[in-house]
Amino acid sequence: MPHGTQPDSILVQLNALAGGLFLLSTFGMVATRQVQGCLRFFIVQSIFLASSMLLLGLQPLSWHLIAVAVINLINKPIIIPWLLKKTVSEEVYARREIAQALNIPISLLVALALTIGAYYLAAPLLKVGAGLPALVNLPIGLATLLLGAYTLTVRREAVPQLLGLLSMENGAFFASIAIAPELHLFVELVIAFDVLIAVFVIGVLTRAIHEHIGTTDVGSLAALKEESSR
Amino acid sequence: MIARIAFNFIQVVVVMLSAPLLAGTVNRLKEIVQSKRGPSIVQPYRDIWKLFHKDEFVSDQSSWVFRFTPFVVFVTPIFVTLLIPVLTSYPLFFAFMGDMLGGGFVLALGGFFATLAAVDTGNPYGPMGASRTRLVGFLAEPVFMIVFFTVSFVAGSTIPYIVQQRWVNPIANFFEPTHVLVMLAFFMLILAEGGRIPVDNPSGHFELAMIDESKGLEYSGPAAALMKWGGQMKFFVLICIFLNVLVTPWGLARGISIRELGLAIPLVLLKVLVFALTLVAVESSLAKLRLFRISEFLGAAFIISVSAMIAWVFAV
Repeated sequence: MPHGTQPDSILVQLNALAGGLFLLSTFGMVATRQVQGCLRFFIVQSIFLASSMLLLGLQPLSWHLIAVAVINLINKPIIIPWLLKKTVSEEVYARREIAQALNIPISLLVALALTIGAYYLAAPLLKVGAGLPALVNLPIGLATLLLGAYTLTVRREAVPQLLGLLSMENGAFFASIAIAPELHLFVELVIAFDVLIAVFVIGVLTRAIHEHIGTTDVGSLAALKEESSR
Repeated sequence: MIARIAFNFIQVVVVMLSAPLLAGTVNRLKEIVQSKRGPSIVQPYRDIWKLFHKDEFVSDQSSWVFRFTPFVVFVTPIFVTLLIPVLTSYPLFFAFMGDMLGGGFVLALGGFFATLAAVDTGNPYGPMGASRTRLVGFLAEPVFMIVFFTVSFVAGSTIPYIVQQRWVNPIANFFEPTHVLVMLAFFMLILAEGGRIPVDNPSGHFELAMIDESKGLEYSGPAAALMKWGGQMKFFVLICIFLNVLVTPWGLARGISIRELGLAIPLVLLKVLVFALTLVAVESSLAKLRLFRISEFLGAAFIISVSAMIAWVFAV
């Protein structure tokens, strides 16, 4: 039977569940049509990331991972949405339909293919002899990385693109906590602040674009150069 | 042997009698959420009783399919009830006749005939509702298949009585990501198949917006009662499969004794009531989707079911 993760511990099982829901919220970010919904899925995703960190930190007790979980729990579901609301004008959130290069059902199928690809990519890496948590976290983290990149490519709106970027970061984090749990706390702190600055800069930039052009539809920025043709 | 046959019939009777009660309870709860009093929970029984005492009109333009369909719609859920665990955790007398896939096909047969009957009459709304039901059906079918394959692959069997033990034995299996994702996908499937709110509005009276309801518009009298009752039983059976096989296989009778069976009936009804509360919460907090957004809803269900499968297959 293809079942290496024998349910010897409920923590391993719960971590797998957090991984599954983490992946699901990433799918939600790909599938949703609204900026607000995209943001909500990002918050849910970050909460599952933090819970996976917490569960991995409990099993061989590691205060370091728990501290990272707490940093993430404060940083991503609370500060980043607050910062985004502050910097980007309200009108962006009121918009219900995000422009997209591909429609949603096709997007979902592409997302599915990317996920299967991520599992295939991770399979030879896992054969090297990774621990139990890596079996769950590495492929799912990789899949989220790819899905975040896909969101970044296919969306034509600044804020969901930023959220795609942040979801890539979440995916990388999700994989790394299983492979390299001994990463220095200082590095994690630096990343946390780095992300905040990225959000701040992109938020301010988006606001400036919005004030100048009256839209944050990045897809239509290409047409600006040849305004006479419109 | 005799006891197993008798229990099987008790099971059918329980499903037949509780299905309208479920419909009435859900309606009443929804009305309460909307700050209205709503009809009594026994109203569906009164409706069925009244319809059985009314005259029946059948268009002379319709064929035998139209007259035959109410019986098929009424009998198929009863047939499935013989196969699945409703009250007992061991197979009853008729359970050898089919597995979960067989049950799914028998339920689909009822839907197939209802669609044919809707096209059979000259009513303009019937074919429209029928084609919409097919649209939902086409999208729901792959989800059903993937959920079914995942479940039987994990449990190593297609027999519901074996599958139901897999998830709770030991209890840590309950939290497997595959299990949770399959539950979610199947719940979305029930919403689509039962014509509940994100897909279809069961209490809508506007024919142009109907999906499921408009198929039965041409029926009157006893035939309408059978269609109505059959639809309610189909929904009840789907919920029983969901609860007893996938989510909570507790509270079922374990031994062959009338006492355990009698205890199982209120416990199963309690589980169904909890499901009804969830359903009301979902229906009251969501809006009906536009017709072409249904593909996104069921596409999401498909993605969830496939990720459940991936999570199992690749768990090395």
